[in-house]
Amino acid sequence: MSDAAEPLLRATRLVKEFNVHGGGLLGRTAKLRAVDDVSLEVRAGETLALVGESGSGKSTTARLVARLVDLTSGDIEFAGRPVHALTGKALHAYRSEVQMVFQDPYSSLNPKHSVERIVTAPLVYQKRPVPGGARAFTKALMERVGLNPDHSARFPAQFSGGQAQRIGIARALAVAPKLIIADEAVSALDVSVQAQVINLLRRLQDEEGFSYLFIAHDLAVVRQIATRVAVMSEGRIVETGDRDQVFEEPRDPYTRKLLAAVPRIRPEWDAARRRNEAARLERERQEADR
Amino acid sequence: MTASHEDERPLLRVRGLTVAFPTAAGATEVVKSLDFDLARGGALGIVGESGSGKSMTSLAIMGLLPKGAERTGSIEFDGAELTALKEREMQAVRGDRIAMVFQDPLSSLNPYYTVGTQIAEAYRSHRTGVTRRQARRVAIEAMERVHIRDAARRVDHYPHQFSGGMRQRVMIAMTLSMEPDLIIADEPTTALDVTVQAQILDLLAEIRRDTGAGLILITHDLAVVSEVADHLVVMREGDLVEQGTAERVFCDPREPYTRMLLDAVPRIDDEIGLLKTTTAEEDR
Repeated sequence: MSDAAEPLLRATRLVKEFNVHGGGLLGRTAKLRAVDDVSLEVRAGETLALVGESGSGKSTTARLVARLVDLTSGDIEFAGRPVHALTGKALHAYRSEVQMVFQDPYSSLNPKHSVERIVTAPLVYQKRPVPGGARAFTKALMERVGLNPDHSARFPAQFSGGQAQRIGIARALAVAPKLIIADEAVSALDVSVQAQVINLLRRLQDEEGFSYLFIAHDLAVVRQIATRVAVMSEGRIVETGDRDQVFEEPRDPYTRKLLAAVPRIRPEWDAARRRNEAARLERERQEADR
Repeated sequence: MTASHEDERPLLRVRGLTVAFPTAAGATEVVKSLDFDLARGGALGIVGESGSGKSMTSLAIMGLLPKGAERTGSIEFDGAELTALKEREMQAVRGDRIAMVFQDPLSSLNPYYTVGTQIAEAYRSHRTGVTRRQARRVAIEAMERVHIRDAARRVDHYPHQFSGGMRQRVMIAMTLSMEPDLIIADEPTTALDVTVQAQILDLLAEIRRDTGAGLILITHDLAVVSEVADHLVVMREGDLVEQGTAERVFCDPREPYTRMLLDAVPRIDDEIGLLKTTTAEEDR
């Protein structure tokens, strides 16, 4: 992807301040700068991972980009047009091009609505026709995210955590967005389920060509999914770069500290496991031949 | 812990441990006949995904199972059968000889008391004839040992005045003040940022080295357990799937479930595309 190409999303000098009340009766209101002069770009078809620890401002940045919270200042351009000042219908239209997937699938899905109602809601809300009818549309989407299409009348509580997250992904796909903002979308999942959902997210991107803004604290997960990485700390982006550059040659001291702290399985153990696994498969093959 | 014949006996010997909840349709077993040992000074990792029964196992050892749970089997701690103890006797073991560190330190600390008061009172409840002044000194020393700077001043602070990582240090200070023989840590770093997690894991390692206490680490995180444990128990849906030295389980996992788990862990230092799962997609 050439740098000259116009990015899908360009956020420039985003600032978000919150009012924080001081203690006591006469406590003064202070301003907390949760996002402090953040600029980023998401290119078409790529995954930009925004990483950082708690309180770094990464989730607030995601919500600013999605226009779920108002900016204090800054500009956002999407597909070449400014979107930071949109209101009313124009804002709704923007929100159909940008979809979010959240960390906790259960709390982001209405427990009283069936999968069919959840998945078609973004279209119904925008008064758009559901292509091919709600039932067929839902079944097709469920199939694409690896869910049993026969379960379209079921409710969120009848699904496991990983399956519920797939429903959230299906809902995001319903409006054929250009950008999906995934906010810690795989963080709450068990490791085996997490791997499946990461693989699903990658496959869907290959098929559809949309972009991800992938918010995560887990650097090992980011390594598996990111094209580029932006590292946030205390409201600022301290480093942005291609995935391999950030992981292999981090420039910022904070990035280095973050990477050094990640627990890892000893590489020599992994290497031994692969050798043993290869030997085991070879033995099984020979036994099968006999 | 000095006599050699004692050193040969495991610190903890669990046999046939089963935890069941009675339901209308009969008892549901959430922990199914576990057998494992923890060597003196050893570090045992119990790993599993949600619903594996790993936390129930730790609560069963502590005698802290929720109401209605039925525990059977044997838990021998330093030669004493814990399942035969009365609640009052178990209270004496708990906190004093076996201490527990939980995932969420905020919910384990009382917001209305200073951390110093809480550490000191926990200590006094297990040690008779200790004055408040002595207990306060123990609290400050324990806080210094977990590297809380300015402990003499911080001892008078309330839990909300500490960050998440510092609160977990306070909890560990509380367990340390008792000089326990066994520390059970249930997802102690899961709620913490990665840089803070690294500090807490270092701290636990340092405590083991200095005090010789045994450690049981309950976790879902295979990378964390690989850095801490010398022995591993892998659990799934209440069953013990596989156990062995950490090196053996990581290098040569015997059970398909363990192999699947190890394949599924995203590696920070590994090439993309190696993320494998046994089934290409989730159960349909």
